[in-house]
Amino acid sequence: MAHAHPVKRHTGLMDWLTTVDHKKIGILYLIAGGFFFLIGGLEALLIRVQLWKPLNNFVGADTYNELLTMHGTTMIFLAAMPVIFALMNAIVPLQIGARDVAFPFVNSLGFWTFFFGGLLLNISWLAGTVPDAGWTSYVPLASPTYNVDKGVDFYVLGLQIAGIGTLIGGINFLVTIINMRAPGMSFMRMPMFTWTAFITSALILFAFPALTVGLVALMFDRLFEANFFEVAGGGNTVLWEHIFWIFGHPEVYILILPAFGVISEVISTFSRKRLFGYSSMVFATVLIGFLGFMVWAHHMFTVGLGPVANALFSIATMLIAVPTGIKIFNWIFTMWGGSIRFTSANLFAVGFVPTFVMGGVTGVMLAAAPADFQYHDSYFVVAHFHYVIVGGLVLGLFAGLHYWWPKMFGRALNEFIGKLTFWTFFIGFHLTFFVQHFLGLMGMPRRIWTYLDGLGFNTMNLISTIGAFLMGLGTIFFIINIIVTAAKPKNAGNDPWEDGRTLEWSIPSPAPEYNFAQTPLVRGYDALWKEKMDGNEGMSPAEPIGPIHMPSPSILPFLMSVGLFIAGFGFLYAKNDWNNAFVSNIFGNHIVAGLGLAITLGCMVVRSLKDDHGFHIEPEEITGKGVKA
Amino acid sequence: MSAHSHLDGKLPHEPERATLEGRNKVLGFWLFLGGETVLFGTLFSAFLALRDQVGDGNPTSQELFKLATVAIATVILLTSSLTSVFAIQAMHRGQVKAMQNWLIVTVVLGLAFLGLEVYEFIEYTHEGHQFSTSAFSSSFYTLVGFHGAHVALGVVWISLLIGQVYRKGLTVVTAPKVYVAGMYWHFIDVVWVFIFTVVYLMGKVG
Repeated sequence: MAHAHPVKRHTGLMDWLTTVDHKKIGILYLIAGGFFFLIGGLEALLIRVQLWKPLNNFVGADTYNELLTMHGTTMIFLAAMPVIFALMNAIVPLQIGARDVAFPFVNSLGFWTFFFGGLLLNISWLAGTVPDAGWTSYVPLASPTYNVDKGVDFYVLGLQIAGIGTLIGGINFLVTIINMRAPGMSFMRMPMFTWTAFITSALILFAFPALTVGLVALMFDRLFEANFFEVAGGGNTVLWEHIFWIFGHPEVYILILPAFGVISEVISTFSRKRLFGYSSMVFATVLIGFLGFMVWAHHMFTVGLGPVANALFSIATMLIAVPTGIKIFNWIFTMWGGSIRFTSANLFAVGFVPTFVMGGVTGVMLAAAPADFQYHDSYFVVAHFHYVIVGGLVLGLFAGLHYWWPKMFGRALNEFIGKLTFWTFFIGFHLTFFVQHFLGLMGMPRRIWTYLDGLGFNTMNLISTIGAFLMGLGTIFFIINIIVTAAKPKNAGNDPWEDGRTLEWSIPSPAPEYNFAQTPLVRGYDALWKEKMDGNEGMSPAEPIGPIHMPSPSILPFLMSVGLFIAGFGFLYAKNDWNNAFVSNIFGNHIVAGLGLAITLGCMVVRSLKDDHGFHIEPEEITGKGVKA
Repeated sequence: MSAHSHLDGKLPHEPERATLEGRNKVLGFWLFLGGETVLFGTLFSAFLALRDQVGDGNPTSQELFKLATVAIATVILLTSSLTSVFAIQAMHRGQVKAMQNWLIVTVVLGLAFLGLEVYEFIEYTHEGHQFSTSAFSSSFYTLVGFHGAHVALGVVWISLLIGQVYRKGLTVVTAPKVYVAGMYWHFIDVVWVFIFTVVYLMGKVG
């Protein structure tokens, strides 16, 4: 039955470049996402330094536009989403009792395309021509007529490449969750984080292709003289807004739903109570995912779509407050009467609840179309979306990282530094963004690089800048915590919080390569907690110990992404004025771009022709590591 | 049932779903086609929004489109979808040779369709309907060209699969690949039905 195929197992750097192990890919996502988070955070600090006093000239207007564009784009696409993918990769297969994801190779490809897409976007800083039309890249501002530099080209190509990675990552998680659940793990027994990962993946699947079309159309306008958004050629600028937001609004639910999942897990674990209203939580998640596609035009109330369209989108937007409210009350009722432990993970989770409510309330205010005419493009909007994205998503990610760190790395983060991180970040966050509501109501427009004295903006901008530095300090504490923890011995047990409820806490920390020596038999919601309550030692196995089949590592995903990266450069510099005739020739005739695409397609053919037999881990090796037979 | 077939050394009845890898592949491909539907849906929306923006002096869709050519292309592509069904049916009967032959017919029909499309595009450019002429032309070439690129990719993909089945035979590894290629081919056929209706028929009516 088990024929062992010899397979080359890499070590060191090659191991990381070729890995198809979802736990390692999760760590790669965390490192890359964390790196881009630091870049985006640095950009935010530069923005706040520029705005700390009126008529400041710390950075010029052009640089300011570049900073705000790259801050938004980097944080959304290259920091928030990858860290979400990090947690999904590290945890979802463990929570459903799977040995692996459905498509390990595709999983690796998803990471590398994201990484090289993000790299391409950020190389624009070195190239000296940076995207500067905002993260929404509205036309005509981003059109070739008004934006002659290559900045927006970096944006359209970088995001297309990164978007491929996100899309195939989403498909991978959908198939994993549908097909790879352990025996007994029915949909209505799945942990909340897995449910939110599932719905988020579905949103990715149906939202990202729209962005791809928008980016392709803008790229065609910019590189090949198409007329999608060129008014002189009959193009339509409002079309871009529709395409962007029909992607862009689901995108914000793609971001926040996994945070909802993390909060549900953390609050339930540290209240030592079953999540209150589990089935209503599932229902609310699905409903938010569905309604998320019905509300995109609330970003366009001032465009002039007419009162009927504005009224409908207004109502649809306010409807989302209902399932979100269900969630808020469920979290509160989960804590109610529980024996709550304020670990640093739970501090972030509990801090999340009121903060996110504040973001939700301003969201309902913005959803009222007539009122939105006053708030539109003011700092009120900036305050709102930072409350839901930073106060919501980022607090959720911090909660999840502190909670699952021992499962990912085998070492628990230091609790004291963790609490220090929470308080500095939390206070800094509210200092930064609470005052921005009032700046907006007083009339300070967003995306301006400076403001005049005597408008009453000075004090609040100063407070906001101080708060931003406090958030930076919180981030530094987190990094110190990572370094301090990495120096400690790997001594986390299977269930380091002692109150673990879900399957990931039934296996060693960090999880072995094959996750589960024997696939567990799931007998109810909160599978591990149920066994604990029934007085059992861990999960009952659903199969005898046997050889475990594993996929082979492969360098192809890395090479395919390098190919796309080269192709991106080829298209970017096709019309560049090169000094060298040869270089000019290979770029101008799309030889570089073609070569890049050929690398990618060639790797796809190799992948198809070369059968991946994988390899087996034998029972002796599994039991030899101290796993009970 | 499938265990029994394995003992015989024969393939199970639905070899594409015989292994978890195969089932994952088929489900994953269905989902991928869901994403592709959004992709083409967005392209159709853009085309519908821009199709009247022809510009002064440029040929309109009524002047450009020759329904006879497009109708022939439609018949060819629809037939190729039928032949790909025959290929999958042959695969389910375990007739590898027949499957390969039907796949070859599918590829040939796909190439014929592409030939007609290239001919059509060249004609249009001669009549002053170029990619950068107007918003109508840009969105037309992008939508129809995206579809054409999908057909071209499908032709290359299925051709490589024919070669792969020739070398490796029909196994539980190769069968899911052929099956999802068949799904892909049906999908681009369905997209073409919409292109024929929305772009050409509606373009002719005005």
